[in-house]
Amino acid sequence: MREQISFRIFRWVVLVPLVVFTVVPLYVMITSAMKPEVDVQGAFQWWPRNLTFQPFIDIWKTVPLAHYFGNSLIVSLAATLFSVIIAIFSSYALSRYRFRGRGAFSGVILSTQMFPGVLFLLPLFIIFVNLDKTLGITFFYQTLPGLIITYLTFTLPFSIWMLTSYMNGIPRDLDEAARVDGTTAIGALFRIIVPAARPGIIAVAIYSFMTAWGEILFASQMTNSTTRTLSVGLQAYATETNVYWSQIMAASLVVSVPIVVGFMFLQKYLVAGLTAGAVK
Amino acid sequence: MKIRILTAGITAIVLAASLTSCSSEPGGTDAEVKTITYWASNQGASLDNDAEILKPEIAKFEKQTGIKVKLEVVPWSDLTNNTLAAAVSGQGPDVINIGNTNAVTFQSTGAFFPFDDAALDKIGGKDRFIKSSFATTGAEGQTPTSIPLYSQVYGLYYNKKAFADKGLTPPATWEELVSAATALTDASTGKYGIVIPGGTVNASMHMAFIFGAQNGGSAFDKAGKPTFTSDGMVAGVKQYVDLLATDKVVNPSVAQYTEGAQAAGDFARGDAAMYMAQTSSGNVLAQNGMTEDQYGVVPIPAPVGGDKIGSFVAGTNISIFKSSKNVDAALEFVKFLTSDEEQAILNKAYTSLPVVTGVEGRFTEDTELLNTWTEILTDFSKPLPLVPGVQAFQANVGGAVVSLIAQAATGGTITTDTVRKALDEAEQKMGSTK
Amino acid sequence: METSTVGQAPRPARTGSGANTPAPKRSRPAAGKPGGPTKKRWFTWTRATPYLLILPAVIMELLIHVIPMIVGFWMSFIELTQFYITNWSEAPFAGLGNYSASLSFDTSQGKQLLQSFGTTIGFTILVVGVSFIFGMSAALVLQRSFRGRGLLRTLFLIPYALPAYAGIITWKFILQRDNGLLNEVLVNGLGIFDEAPFWLIGDNAFGSMVVVAIWQQWPFAFLMLMAGMQSIPEDVYQAAEIDGASIWQQIRHITFGMMRPINAVLILLLTLWTFREFNTPFVLFGAVPPDSANLLTINIYGRSFINWNFGLGSAMSVLLMLFLVLVSGVWALINRKVNRDA
Repeated sequence: MREQISFRIFRWVVLVPLVVFTVVPLYVMITSAMKPEVDVQGAFQWWPRNLTFQPFIDIWKTVPLAHYFGNSLIVSLAATLFSVIIAIFSSYALSRYRFRGRGAFSGVILSTQMFPGVLFLLPLFIIFVNLDKTLGITFFYQTLPGLIITYLTFTLPFSIWMLTSYMNGIPRDLDEAARVDGTTAIGALFRIIVPAARPGIIAVAIYSFMTAWGEILFASQMTNSTTRTLSVGLQAYATETNVYWSQIMAASLVVSVPIVVGFMFLQKYLVAGLTAGAVK
Repeated sequence: MKIRILTAGITAIVLAASLTSCSSEPGGTDAEVKTITYWASNQGASLDNDAEILKPEIAKFEKQTGIKVKLEVVPWSDLTNNTLAAAVSGQGPDVINIGNTNAVTFQSTGAFFPFDDAALDKIGGKDRFIKSSFATTGAEGQTPTSIPLYSQVYGLYYNKKAFADKGLTPPATWEELVSAATALTDASTGKYGIVIPGGTVNASMHMAFIFGAQNGGSAFDKAGKPTFTSDGMVAGVKQYVDLLATDKVVNPSVAQYTEGAQAAGDFARGDAAMYMAQTSSGNVLAQNGMTEDQYGVVPIPAPVGGDKIGSFVAGTNISIFKSSKNVDAALEFVKFLTSDEEQAILNKAYTSLPVVTGVEGRFTEDTELLNTWTEILTDFSKPLPLVPGVQAFQANVGGAVVSLIAQAATGGTITTDTVRKALDEAEQKMGSTK
Repeated sequence: METSTVGQAPRPARTGSGANTPAPKRSRPAAGKPGGPTKKRWFTWTRATPYLLILPAVIMELLIHVIPMIVGFWMSFIELTQFYITNWSEAPFAGLGNYSASLSFDTSQGKQLLQSFGTTIGFTILVVGVSFIFGMSAALVLQRSFRGRGLLRTLFLIPYALPAYAGIITWKFILQRDNGLLNEVLVNGLGIFDEAPFWLIGDNAFGSMVVVAIWQQWPFAFLMLMAGMQSIPEDVYQAAEIDGASIWQQIRHITFGMMRPINAVLILLLTLWTFREFNTPFVLFGAVPPDSANLLTINIYGRSFINWNFGLGSAMSVLLMLFLVLVSGVWALINRKVNRDA
């Protein structure tokens, strides 16, 4: 294809500012993590004058980062697992069956997705607190299982919605042929649909995991010092005696790298899963 | 009613799940070895530092009584939330530290053990405690639900060298403070007369209270209704905000100081010559490299003709949860921590003031400094309003002052009307439903 | 995966049909499934299949969405303050008190809600609009391959992959007045300002919040638009080029035309996500943001958890919910019309 001059100019006009916009914060995060605390407190330096890796060592001591990391991992994995499994079944039903109540069900799925989390946080807070009190246990409020339940409020509907779209894109002939051959509905689901929907399932899993990993709203109220996740735990680098910016940057970097790397490997699935819904 | 049924419904559904995973806490251990859980607040320089200070003392207690104590140091940012969670769910520690500001708020939840006369007798009686400290233990006329543990007050720290260089003496009136601050300010070199915790909500409420009191204002009337817009409160807040708005003796950057530590840093580095902070700030200053001989402390001065109030009775109280299965052991522990010996040791380590009579503060060798702090506590302090809404008072009035400081820092003019409007909004948020 | 056991074993044959009913048959006539005649019995395992499949989801939906919404609705009618959190059944009935408190626009309470609403709308329009423009531009210029395309693609996606708080907290550092990069550039570098401006308090806070949200959001638009563009067959462009269409004409007539369904979904998603944005103001400013950046979600949060007034917070939530239902209803109508016209 021939490119016009005007298009080349347009390309530069678009790319240069966007690259700067994207890169500068990343650059700040990386370089500030390698500066001694005193240098970060003073005027901003473009290039670290005194290069150090001390912040990467200190972050584990100032805040129980490893502990928070573990909590985040447990909560995100569990929320992902539950929503993926539940979504596989219900998306299959939504995509392959016409049944009474289908409209209502998908209506609920769609509409709950659009409500802000704070709408559910308030009643869930009250419900959890009172359930614990009534039952005399510590199971819901400020516990990991409780947090996982609240995370399903946003991972589950999106998973069902996305996976249904994806399954709609899988030709019906595939599973119908199997059904004619005498396979049960569940058999067709696992033998035909699930393998065919793998990209969609992976997409749903990535999305759920990432949103859970970055979630702040529920974590800020539904955790305590033992169940704290990274999203809230990172704020603890602003202590009573100092605000440790270089450690904040170092910790941000440490908790981001696994996610970013994983995302880059799996992003093509996310794209496939997301667009399946739009171009059905 | 309907909700009860619904709750029961959810309960039934989740019960199965919870039964399988609910770990049985060793709450009902054999009667011989009693274990209590203690949530300590973060008094020292760090959580580790707190643990280091408390562990030997707890070992002493365990040896004396045979009661085991499980210690957890909780940062202040979590403490209020965690306490409330424990209060509402009934699942919490046995013994807990609370900020005395919140004593009445927590009392109103009904989750704390009331220290009636019998209980007070077990810890040595009410008269052992300093009166002003004991006044913070709960609402007036009700059985207290907390016991004083560490006392603190606000004071004006000043940099001795900066004052000496300009031939200034520590201010005795607000007017002197402002003129000294003006003399000490040189914005072009980044030096300012005084530093304030401009973006910190709770400290801003403290300031509003102190300066309101200096101007004869009170945040609540006798019936416990908020009166934030009374002339005294408005004048007090304006007096404080004017440090930045009209006197210009404060670095506008303070509007972003959301942590008290940032203000302490400015003072320790010599970028500000004065600093209004609590007794324990000595610790934070030391962390930032400023030694005790470099600063002096005087009461926060009042304007000429104003009430000589320089602080409220700040500090940390200790409470027992009603749901505790070992109230007796918990009382033992409270008695231990408030004993003369422990008061001396702990308040020294935490640079705070003892709460019992007969024990002298010992956190510094500097007797003059110690005397100043004691004097502020006895002569210049007024208790905070003992109303359940004090938590909301903190959030709303503190928030209003923070936003006024922000306006001043970004070049806005602060008039009496601006202040009154901000406080009026804060007041409306207090009684929102009724 | 082992499936046959999962599929057949679990249901005890209570009504007599159960797992051994002949497999292929249709659940309802409308289902378009292959198979035999419709059974007359009201219950068959076949007919129950979709219900069994959605059962876990239904239970979860009830637990996490439906019941909380009902509870929330009820909470909005009581005076649920700190005194009643544990005995909420004893909280006094407030009637419409919470609603009238939220909506009386002559008080600071109501005024704040109204202002907050306006802020949220403005925020949403700006963030969605700019994110869309950025995403579309980047997708367009990266549609044709050139050297470095893969690298740029990956780079642009990083802000989206980053956990929200990590990105926002870095911006918070950049926007610091005294040691932030922005003021270093503006004041010391370019000398635009004599006195360092504040970016996290006052009116500037709104702009900062918008920029940070765009930084996180636009890569998502880019990701989806790029994927959509890749699904446009190459020969459509080639045909147009043979007809002498310039790149600009191709973009206008082919790309934009084919992208319409994706754009609709994308804008809906972006709007919903931006409208409920909480992370950006919360990490940048804490639980009490400056007035200029007081988004609805954080306003409700503060009302509830800072002021301990859950009744009022719930009333505001219900109002917000009604608004969203209204908006999405309108969106659905418009979209249906668009689809019909197209």
